[in-house]
Amino acid sequence: MRVVFTASNLAVSRGGRPVLTNVSLRAEPGDAVVLRGPNGVGKTTLLRAFAGLLRPDSGTVGFTDAADAGRSRAPSEVSIFCGVLNAHKAALTLRENLAFWAALYRAPQTRIEAASTQFKLAPYSDYLAGALSTGLARRLGLARLIIAERPVWFIDEPTAALDSASSEDFVTLVEAHRQRGGVVVIATHDPLPLNGARIFELTAKAAA
Amino acid sequence: MSALGAIIARDIRLAFRAGGGAAQGVTFFALTGVLFALAVGPDIALISKIAAPVLWTGALLATQISLDQIWRADREDGSLDVLVETSDMLALTALAKAFAHWVATALPLIIATPILGLMLNLPVEAYAPLAISLAIGTPGLSLIGCIAGALVVSLPRAHLLIAIIVSPLYVPILIFGSGAAMSGAGAPQYGANLMLLGATVLFAAILSPLASAAALRSNLD
Repeated sequence: MRVVFTASNLAVSRGGRPVLTNVSLRAEPGDAVVLRGPNGVGKTTLLRAFAGLLRPDSGTVGFTDAADAGRSRAPSEVSIFCGVLNAHKAALTLRENLAFWAALYRAPQTRIEAASTQFKLAPYSDYLAGALSTGLARRLGLARLIIAERPVWFIDEPTAALDSASSEDFVTLVEAHRQRGGVVVIATHDPLPLNGARIFELTAKAAA
Repeated sequence: MSALGAIIARDIRLAFRAGGGAAQGVTFFALTGVLFALAVGPDIALISKIAAPVLWTGALLATQISLDQIWRADREDGSLDVLVETSDMLALTALAKAFAHWVATALPLIIATPILGLMLNLPVEAYAPLAISLAIGTPGLSLIGCIAGALVVSLPRAHLLIAIIVSPLYVPILIFGSGAAMSGAGAPQYGANLMLLGATVLFAAILSPLASAAALRSNLD
């Protein structure tokens, strides 16, 4: 499915305090958007609003099917949010975590294998997720992108804990996703070498 | 496996794994029974008379200690976002979570009841009414607790707040449940108590998923 993502005139608050107003963004299939801005400007809050995990104060978020004459889709149907928390259970093994996500995202078993191969997690399958290092746990968190296989990815600080090889793998994965017509919106401070990515600079209480 | 089945299976598995809450509840329940028996002393007639209400109160308090974790654990590691993001209907997710909490917390208590009953000299004819009233009533405790857990999901150290929220709501379940267990299977008020208990729990079953989902949505940020 190829999806166009639009956000128009969004205003979001965090903890009752308004952080961003008047944010508009449109991403076509194959687009990559990089959110930049100083700490505390509201990148995470904005990503959560994009993904439908936070109700904006005003404005709208929409996902339309590029193939199906602009039919509107629910965020839960077409998007995935990967926050800084990896959403794994420390007391479950890596394999159990992946299998749980596969059930939630209604993914076939084969995608569990694909995800653990892609992120080079296969040797750690029987480890408890709580025993993984920060970088490995991050790779497990990002493996959700492959399991969910949603067209629109919202990712918060994907490479903060990754070594350079894993960062490169991640960039390759994102480029492959864009090749298939996927949309990626990433909040990051790292200079990710994404081909033709749009930089979306956020400034306090007003976004460009 | 369906998504709801996976949530139930995962929560139960986590509860019975090291560090999970299942052993905590049943240990607390057993300790309540033991300490009460020691406090009452050798008056066998008295202790056998109050055994059923003591066990009901113990079960109620033992269920309460793990309510805090129903949603908070998922929020703290980010899984709550995944649950919300993949859910067709958050109310059904809440129902699955409440059911998993019941299996992990209340079911072990019901299984442990005969042993504690023996220790508190529970009359032989009271075992079945006690077990039946617990089986009907405890799902209500998990359902109401699920709402409280969702309300305080973003507040740290909310044990006290949860206790204050759920205690008044637990009162009808305690009265009817303990009433049924004490009156015994033969008494006319036994059936009435059980039916009122069932009605209270059914009411909670309708209200809890909707209220929990609303509370979660307002706490997402």
